[in-house]
Amino acid sequence: MSSVIQVQGLTKKFGHQFTAVNDLSFSVNKGDVYGFLGQNGAGKSTTIRMLLSLITPTSGSIEIFGMPLQANRAAIMQNVGAVIEKPAMYEYLTAYQNLKIFSALSGVSKTRVQLLNELDVVGLAARAHDLVRTFSQGMKQRLAIAMAMVNDPQLILLDEPTNGLDPQGIADIRNLILQLSRVQGKTVLVSSHLLSEIEQVATRLIIIDKGCKLVEGDSKDLFDKSKTVVAIQTLNNIEATKQLMQTSWASHVLIDRSTDKEICMQLDEKLLPTLHKNLVEMGIGVLSVKPMHSLEDYFLRITSTPSYV
Amino acid sequence: MFSLVQVELYKIFKRPRTYIAFGAVAALIGIIQFGLKVDGKSYLDFMLNDLSSSLEIDGKILNGYLVCYVMLQLLLVHVPLLIALIAADMISGEANMGTLRLLLIKPYSRTTLLLAKFIAAIIYTLMLLVWLAILALFGSMLLFGTDDMFLLKTSYVVLLKESDVFWRYIGAFGFAALAMTTVAALGFFLSVFAENSIGPIVATMSVIVFFTILSTLNIPIFNIIKPYLFTTHMIGWKEFFDIKVNASNEAIIGSIQNPEKIIKASLVLVAHTIGFFVATLLVFRKKDILS
Repeated sequence: MSSVIQVQGLTKKFGHQFTAVNDLSFSVNKGDVYGFLGQNGAGKSTTIRMLLSLITPTSGSIEIFGMPLQANRAAIMQNVGAVIEKPAMYEYLTAYQNLKIFSALSGVSKTRVQLLNELDVVGLAARAHDLVRTFSQGMKQRLAIAMAMVNDPQLILLDEPTNGLDPQGIADIRNLILQLSRVQGKTVLVSSHLLSEIEQVATRLIIIDKGCKLVEGDSKDLFDKSKTVVAIQTLNNIEATKQLMQTSWASHVLIDRSTDKEICMQLDEKLLPTLHKNLVEMGIGVLSVKPMHSLEDYFLRITSTPSYV
Repeated sequence: MFSLVQVELYKIFKRPRTYIAFGAVAALIGIIQFGLKVDGKSYLDFMLNDLSSSLEIDGKILNGYLVCYVMLQLLLVHVPLLIALIAADMISGEANMGTLRLLLIKPYSRTTLLLAKFIAAIIYTLMLLVWLAILALFGSMLLFGTDDMFLLKTSYVVLLKESDVFWRYIGAFGFAALAMTTVAALGFFLSVFAENSIGPIVATMSVIVFFTILSTLNIPIFNIIKPYLFTTHMIGWKEFFDIKVNASNEAIIGSIQNPEKIIKASLVLVAHTIGFFVATLLVFRKKDILS
């Protein structure tokens, strides 16, 4: 499978003190929805800005569509669309005028009807001639996506596209990403600090922390359901742990991670109903059973920040 | 490049802020013209107080040409602020809105984008000066009529024949355009360092005020740097209204007393404009866009 993005040893230092991205290497294949996952401040936005040549790397190489970015910037950017963090646009102009400007800047000549159609695709046709300053965050985000797509790019970079959106807005973005990938065959790189978001759309993903790569791979491998970690809360966790250790479930109990607040177990997701049944049969007062994917579990361990997911 | 300049101009002229400058120029000129129309005689009496006993003046002194000169003296000090409002916002304003990053991911080099923005800022500056010329010169010619132009300088008077004035205004406005382009280039340069518009606008005005003070201060130690300050040369437009005299002390129609001064001032202003733009380019090309 051909690489659309090939990054080797990418490093960005700000001053002498702070290394935002450290020797990062990864590749994005054609047609991928590539999840770029990491905590706030992990280096996701800096990496995306380097991919868009907004920030000059301290060292390392970036190839997009098989061409070095530095030397072929204009040719590459003709086929790239991006939404970077907070949607930005000219608030004193209408949605239509904004789209018209970015269509012209992309070197694409589009008629009024075509531009209005594109606004219709993101559900903004009715507000096409309203000033952007009157738009909600979700509407701005949709307009930003329309602006990013106006040149029909092959590669789309979305940096935290669901920030500040309500649940409906998040679902809309998710559906849009899936449509871009599955229906239109675009390659999408989407960053987020929310694992649950990436999990639902990504075919491949990378997790970075403090500018370094922690893990990269296919989602189906990383979200391995046979290694699901389960957090169980009971009326008396210490007593329940003792009881479990005397059963066939003992090998699944993660002693080092179990506390008086919860019992941690690792097992195949398919065994969850049986576990439920056995817990009840043993007379354990179960308050909750919360399964986490292996990746989510891994994520929690490496970051030690519960708010992460 | 043409489409980029078009887009930049479209953005400039879609902003309500742009029209503040045009409105302010119109209001100031209107007030001065009204004042001089209603009470121009008092103004003239005050101006000619010392000369009235030694000079007999015949004709219409308060004509459109003189009124325009008076206004240019006043306005060309304040117009830089109106130019800074737009020029100093060209990059910082985009950074503030977050749109700079969107512009920079389009298939143009930073140099091309910057050049397009700079050309748009210059076009705006020229349009403001054309507006100023229409109101101050043509408006005054309509309101006050035309006649010979009588100018009172610090130590002498200049009398220009009516037929010898208009071309001087074309030259003066052309020179003013050069001076204001330098101001726009300064604002543009300062704009690259900030992520909001207020800082570069205030900084541009501060630099102009500071340099103007240095240019006008009569302290010998500053004389060394004065020729290199662009503010020293911004009033070079006045040279168009000094006329050469022959051996019989008669004015030579169509002449300028010190054309070399105009050329030198123009070169200094052009050098500053190019210098500011090149400096902007050097900074901007290496700038990490974090906004």
